[in-house]
Parts: sequence; structure tokens; C-alpha cells
Amino acid sequence: MSVERSESAQSPVDAEFAYARLFEQLRTVLQDETRTPILVGIHSGGAWVAERLHADLGLRSQLGYLSSAFHRDDYGSRGLPINIKPTILPFDVDAADLIVIDDVLFTGRTVRAALNELFDHGRPARVELAVLADRGGRELPVSARFVGAEVALQGIDQLVLSQDTHGHFAFRLEG
Amino acid sequence: MIRRHPQIDGQGRLRHLLSIDGLPKAMIERLLDTASAFLDVSDRTVKKLPLLRGRSVFNLFFENSTRTRTTFEIAAQRLSADVFNLNISASSASKGESLLDTIDNLAAMNADLFVVRHSQSGAPFLIAQHLDSLGKDVHVINAGDGRHEHPTQALLDAYTIRHFKKDFTRLRVALVGDILHSRVARSNIHALTTLGVPDVRAVGPATLLPGGLEAMGVQVFHDMREGLRGVDVVIMLRLQNERMRGALLPSAQEYFKHYGLTPEKLAYAAPDAIVMHPGPMNRGVEIDSAVADGPQAVILSQVTFGIAVRMAVLGMVAA
Repeated sequence: MSVERSESAQSPVDAEFAYARLFEQLRTVLQDETRTPILVGIHSGGAWVAERLHADLGLRSQLGYLSSAFHRDDYGSRGLPINIKPTILPFDVDAADLIVIDDVLFTGRTVRAALNELFDHGRPARVELAVLADRGGRELPVSARFVGAEVALQGIDQLVLSQDTHGHFAFRLEG
Repeated sequence: MIRRHPQIDGQGRLRHLLSIDGLPKAMIERLLDTASAFLDVSDRTVKKLPLLRGRSVFNLFFENSTRTRTTFEIAAQRLSADVFNLNISASSASKGESLLDTIDNLAAMNADLFVVRHSQSGAPFLIAQHLDSLGKDVHVINAGDGRHEHPTQALLDAYTIRHFKKDFTRLRVALVGDILHSRVARSNIHALTTLGVPDVRAVGPATLLPGGLEAMGVQVFHDMREGLRGVDVVIMLRLQNERMRGALLPSAQEYFKHYGLTPEKLAYAAPDAIVMHPGPMNRGVEIDSAVADGPQAVILSQVTFGIAVRMAVLGMVAA
């Protein structure tokens, strides 16, 4: 797999720095609140972040994956995405304590779609949101409790996460 | 002038599904991948997705069908569409209304999608071209037209083969029976060769095999044991009873003796070969119950996968 590390001139967010901050927030909160939440990553970038957090936090609970593809509100204009990755929730969603994880929080539409997907599988007791980067520009009332980095991006540039073979993250701008 | 196939639009998107012939490999693979993502919807607490919410799907079956119509209906309902089943053979057509007049009337009822089965080859093409020429944003899915094609059956067969055998490029696949009258066989041959199956065989009596199979990349066998030797997949085809009344076949018993799939004949195939049948089966005519109910049969898996495949087709064309 080819890996594209972002150039510093193009990278408004240091993804590794953001990850370290996000990890520290979650570690502290899980310790203080004596919780054992289940991490659920939104495909694709959020799933990478969730997998790495799950390992680094030493969580024993199962890891979940959410697809936002079937509940997107742009289906009528963009159709179904290519390579839809499946939702995998290998635990009882009813009454579960969950932290949903995504790479970038922008309009809030992906999170809305992922929450709809989640609720097709049951009624969790609590759902919180953790994101590697919050780039502003919200179009829906969605906010994250845990945020690795905040950055204001103008225009329609896409902030895209990549992961190298060692598991390290990098952001690049597209579009 | 070369006319563009009406099922793909100017941007390369699937607008209608009319035939496997002319469908690029990447599009077939994308349909199978999408079906895979839909497969677990039946296991959810909420067994519905909102993709076709507010859309109207009309099942237009000018020819009888139970399984195909039902699985299309389930697939459309799982995608939250409103589904209308019209048994056309018992209504307007029998009163003399022309096909396109029927279509115009239904389109005027704000249909978004027609699922069409018709005894005439090419009828779904005609409907799609007619609607396109009127500028109607209505999608057409061929659910079987005459002897021509049955594309969603071929897609669910390809899905089933991929599920059990993973890689198309090393497979030997035999289609057995009435290839001549079979739209399933024609669609399957296009799908399998497009997906890279290197060894596709047609097995049957000379009276039930069409000419030109070799030109489609298919090896022809009249001896079933020879045709099944070493194959990984056996696709049995239904023998329609009316063929027996013509001069094509002597009797069901005679047919079963030569071309019925028995455990003894299946033993010529690879030990882990799977047995498929599009249904409905004629036990004791083209397939022995010991095989139909045996461990190598994946016939009921085909039915289950058929719903996910039809969801993928509906979801991809209706965007």
C-alpha cells in the first residue's frame, strides 16, 4: 500500500499530535469515570483511529465498526459509495456505553448517518463522540466531547486522513 | 452509428439494468460488493434502510413468477420503497392495451422504478428506451425477458459462486440442461466469462443447445459425465414441461437418465463442487432429491443472496 505523508506546507493539522491529545483525553476520562465503554469507529478513517486507541488504551471490550453509507442524505445526488465497508457490532447494542470515533468532524452529516445506522441495531444507554480533528463548518447540531485538534478550514477542501504501515497518521488536503 | 447501451448513462453510472451483456466487469464487481454490504440487513433490529424512502417501485410481471417477484418486493421494502405489484397478464394487456400505453399510464402515476418480466425478448429495452426518449427519470430493471436475459439471476448466481469459491479465475463451471430456452443460462454465460472464469461448459442434448456457444467462449458437451468432470460449480437449469410436449425430448424419464443430476453423476465433479439451481426445481427430471437436499447444494443460499443482490441493483440504479 502506498502511503502519502502530508507535506508540512499542506498540513494544517499534525495528525500524530492530535492523536496524542485525543488518547490522553480518553485515558484520563476513562480512569476518572471508571467506565469501560466500547469504542466504535466510523469507516474508514474513524475505524483506524478506533483500532489504534483500542490497542493503546489496552481495552478488553470488543471493538465496533459503523458504516454511514446507507443513511447518507446525499444518496439522491451521489448514489451509493464504492466499496461500502460493513457495520460490525459484535456486542449487544441495547444498553451499551459507546464512544463513536471519527477522523474528521465537519458538517456533522456523517455522524448523523452513523447514529442512524447504530440505532438500527438497538438502543444504546449512552453514545459520546470522539474525533481526531474538528474543522468547524457544522450544518447539524452535533458536537464531540473528545477532540484531538481544532482547525478552521476555508472553502471545500477535504481534510483526508491516511495511515502508514506503522500505524502513524497524517492529514492532507484534497479538492 | 454506434448507440450507447441504454443501461449506462453518459457519466458511466448504472441507470437501468437490462442485460449482463454489455455490463463492464467493474460494474458487476461493484454490484456484488454492494450486495455483500446489504446482506446483514436481515439480521438487524430494524430490517430497513432509508435509501428508497418516498420512491415507488412497480413490479410489472407480464409473465408469472413467484420467487423473483417476491424477492424484488422484499428487496424494495427493505430499502423503504413503496411497492406496487401489478399482475398485468390479468389486466390491461388482456384488454388489448399496448405495452407502451401501459407504461405511459403507470409513469403518469409517478413511478420511479419498473421491475419488468415479459415473455418477449427485449421488452425491458423497449420500455427503457421509450422512457428515456420521453425524458422520464424512471429506471427499468429486467426481471427476465423471453429467452434473452435474466440479469439479476446471473448476479445472484455470481454472488453465490464468489461466496463459496472466492476466486473466479480458477474455476470450472458447468451449465446443464435446456440452454436453448434459458435466459438464465445466457446471462450466466455473459457474467461468468466477464468475471474471468476460464472454463465455462454447456451440457445438454443437441436439441436443447443453441448454436454459437463456442463463440461465447463456452465448451459444449453432450455426455454429462464428461461435462461434469472436475468442475467446481454445477448450475442446473429447469426443464420446462412444455419442451416435453414438443419434439425436443422423448420423455422426462429419458431426460433424467441422461441429464438428471444424480449422486453418481455429481461424483465426476470436484469433491467440493457446489450445486446450484435457479428454481423452481423439477425433482426427478433435472435433479435427484438426494442431490437437491444434499450437502453440496447451495440452492437455498441462492435465494437468500438474491434479496441482497436485488437490493444492490435497486440501490445502484435509483440514485
